[in-house]
Amino acid sequence: MAGVNGLAATPDLAMLLGLIAAWLLVGVSGLLQPHRIGWVAHILFPVGALIALGVAIVGALTVVDGFVTQSTVLPLGLPDLPFHVRLDPLSGFFLLLLGSAGTGISVFSAGYFRSGEGTAPGLLCLQYHVFLASMATVILADDAYLFMVAWETMALSSYFLVTTQHRLPDIRRAGFLYLLMAHVGALGLLLCFGVLHGGSWQMTFDAMRGATLAPAWASIAFLLALFGFGAKAGLVPLHVWLPEAHPAAPSPVSAMMSGLMLKTAIYGLLRVSWDLLHVGPWWWGLLTLALGLGTALYGVIFATAQTDMKRLLAYSSIENIGLIVAGIGLALVCRSFDMRVLAALALAAVLIHALNHALFKSLLFLATGSVMHATGERSLGKLGGLIQRMPWVAALALIGSLAIAGLPPLNGFVSEWLLLQAFLQTPQIPHAFLNMIVPLGAAVVSLTAALAGYVMVKFYGVIFLGQPRESELREAHDAGWLERAGLLWLALGCVLIGLFPQVALDGVGHVTQLLIGTTVQRGPSAWWMTPMASNHASYSGLWLWVGMVVVVGITVALMRRFYHGQVRRTAPWNCGYPWRTPRMQDTAEGFGQPIRHLFGPIFRIEREMPAPTDAEPRYRIDIQDRFWHTFYVPLAQLVRRTAEGLTILQGGRLPIYLLYSFLTLVFLLVCVL
Amino acid sequence: MTSISFANQVLQVLAGALLLISFAMLAERRSRRLVILLVCQGAVLFVSTALVAATAHLTHLFYSAALTLILKVGVLPWILLRLLRQLGIERDNEPLLNLPTLMLVGIGLVIFAFGLAQPVSALATTVLRRTLGIALAVILLAFLMILARRKAFTQVIGFLALENGLFFAATSTTYGMPMVVELGIALDVLVGVFIFGVFFFHIREQFDSLDLRHLESLKED
Repeated sequence: MAGVNGLAATPDLAMLLGLIAAWLLVGVSGLLQPHRIGWVAHILFPVGALIALGVAIVGALTVVDGFVTQSTVLPLGLPDLPFHVRLDPLSGFFLLLLGSAGTGISVFSAGYFRSGEGTAPGLLCLQYHVFLASMATVILADDAYLFMVAWETMALSSYFLVTTQHRLPDIRRAGFLYLLMAHVGALGLLLCFGVLHGGSWQMTFDAMRGATLAPAWASIAFLLALFGFGAKAGLVPLHVWLPEAHPAAPSPVSAMMSGLMLKTAIYGLLRVSWDLLHVGPWWWGLLTLALGLGTALYGVIFATAQTDMKRLLAYSSIENIGLIVAGIGLALVCRSFDMRVLAALALAAVLIHALNHALFKSLLFLATGSVMHATGERSLGKLGGLIQRMPWVAALALIGSLAIAGLPPLNGFVSEWLLLQAFLQTPQIPHAFLNMIVPLGAAVVSLTAALAGYVMVKFYGVIFLGQPRESELREAHDAGWLERAGLLWLALGCVLIGLFPQVALDGVGHVTQLLIGTTVQRGPSAWWMTPMASNHASYSGLWLWVGMVVVVGITVALMRRFYHGQVRRTAPWNCGYPWRTPRMQDTAEGFGQPIRHLFGPIFRIEREMPAPTDAEPRYRIDIQDRFWHTFYVPLAQLVRRTAEGLTILQGGRLPIYLLYSFLTLVFLLVCVL
Repeated sequence: MTSISFANQVLQVLAGALLLISFAMLAERRSRRLVILLVCQGAVLFVSTALVAATAHLTHLFYSAALTLILKVGVLPWILLRLLRQLGIERDNEPLLNLPTLMLVGIGLVIFAFGLAQPVSALATTVLRRTLGIALAVILLAFLMILARRKAFTQVIGFLALENGLFFAATSTTYGMPMVVELGIALDVLVGVFIFGVFFFHIREQFDSLDLRHLESLKED
């Protein structure tokens, strides 16, 4: 089955490998003329987008086909340790996610990257396409060796992308933190694979599937996987790199990291916990569920308090990853009690939410990129009123915001609804303790969803609505056509999944079939999605949309009918003020204040209040992560102190150094004796 | 012990000479004489290797003997003496330990080396197996010389003596290393000495001396 024959027998896989190679080729082509922006932006990035589309199509075909598993051995890698690749519905689904969101991001990037912003465009093109190719390779890998190689390539290429503006010390610092966390996580994964082979020292996933581990070792492997993938996904308390790295990176890179790279961690967690490990005890699921819910709540609460639009989105990513991981936890709980249908429902919610998040979070990050290019501003306190200047970006960002806030008939609602449905079915769990705990999870999910809506009102309202807070904003221009096309592509995805969720449910059915052996039925009707039973809950995005259109149409018609036709123009609100300036609008800080007040103990707040008599009052608030100060800072100090203690060895005298080697030699010789 | 052949007896004598030269190097203070001692060591090494090659009928050992002759008796001493002339150093200063202590430590090391070599040489099958202890002692003494000297030049001599000891250990236990490895090491040593030469000039330019105590000021606090 090895070699060329293997490739010929697996056309989809061969095509995917070709596409990955094409990405690398496009990347290397960027180096031919690294400073010619026209070559890189107008030729290479669109070609990259086409390749991404190809990946999405092949991935979609794999998912639709279902039950098809293609695998082969590549003539690459070390002697006796070749690379194995495999394409099954799970990897197909994540390739679909990668390709579809990647297409939009690449089209946008073609219009976004300009010369003179840090790294040369050609080099950026190389890093960008290596990043994409390594993510696809992570998803295709079928042995721990290739997986880790691709995983680390992904970390490194994204590190270089994050530090595009490497002349700024803050960005170098953020990049270092990211790299550090990525490596700590990778270490966890390495150990995890070291446990998973179960003593056979075979590094292929096939061998790991077949290995039987003692329960304790299986638990250790699971915990290591949770740690390693959690560090990449941004699970609390391993999330600290996320709000630093995302704002530091250029917007398309933030979109790729948040939309795509975090999903490779979800993919890895699913692959290890569902495919490589066998059924585990219920506490695996409970731990994952608790971590996920904690992450979701923590992320959304911090998102309400942010004043930097990209940091806000980064925290929102933490929230969404939390929801996804919570869904995985719920599915694990159900699997440990052999409740396959419920597990399949939770998994379907997880998968659809991962895809949705890739679409709308990429969309929003890209929109912030357009806003930053138009205004040069990232702070919410200096934006506002952009809906008049940038109607395209505003309209498309509105779709993304509504979707991420979980409003019907868009896609965010679908996955959160499915997740809640899964949570509401849990009274069936035959375990008294879990029966009491899990419904609390449903409450936390609802709270998170509500707060996410709040965050998005703040995000959209402060940037696009109201009056421009700075006079420069009046010169802001709308995004170019390539940027618009990229945004439009992603928004289209959000709308389509929202309107036809039953198609998505059918698609992920093949994935859950692979993982748990059963699927979620869409229900008897072609237009409705009825995951459990028709007397329980049903949803149809299309009908809801039709209903909304009808209600709005009737309202408009009635208004036209009874409208008296007289117009009076006046200031909408001037409560006794002699004049009004745009700075009197509600600010990001002000809007977030109630939540900040409610969840006060979670934050670490430094505040500067102006004195009442101050002629030029200044208000400053700095919100910090408690984990940073209670966990990471002491840890860093411990490492530093240990290192300083060890510097005694480095006295600076050459004979002493030589003595070390001499004594080591003598010691080793004595050992031989 | 009467069965020991004449060639073997000569080899034992040569091994003894090697050890003696090592002690002489440890005690020698003048750099020029150190180079001459190194030449002697190289010559002894050449003769012993050639003798082993002749008794064991191994062609590849003849090549390495020739290599030893060219490199260790010819090229390297020539480079080193030229360096000495160019740098204008004639006298080496005192070692870090006084000479009697150094000698005593050296003797201790020789005893240690012989003790160490006993079980190993029981396993070796070559004509020279009894000399493994001496080879180890030469290595350790050369290391001691590097440790106990202050001047960069003397340490390079110590490094070369160390390499001689390793070479001798290889011939005495396993009839030498594969030719590829030996060629590689020879090239390394040659390049190493060239680089050392460059470093000498740099160190002297920076500190007006080849005394390594000055390097301590390079450490960051």
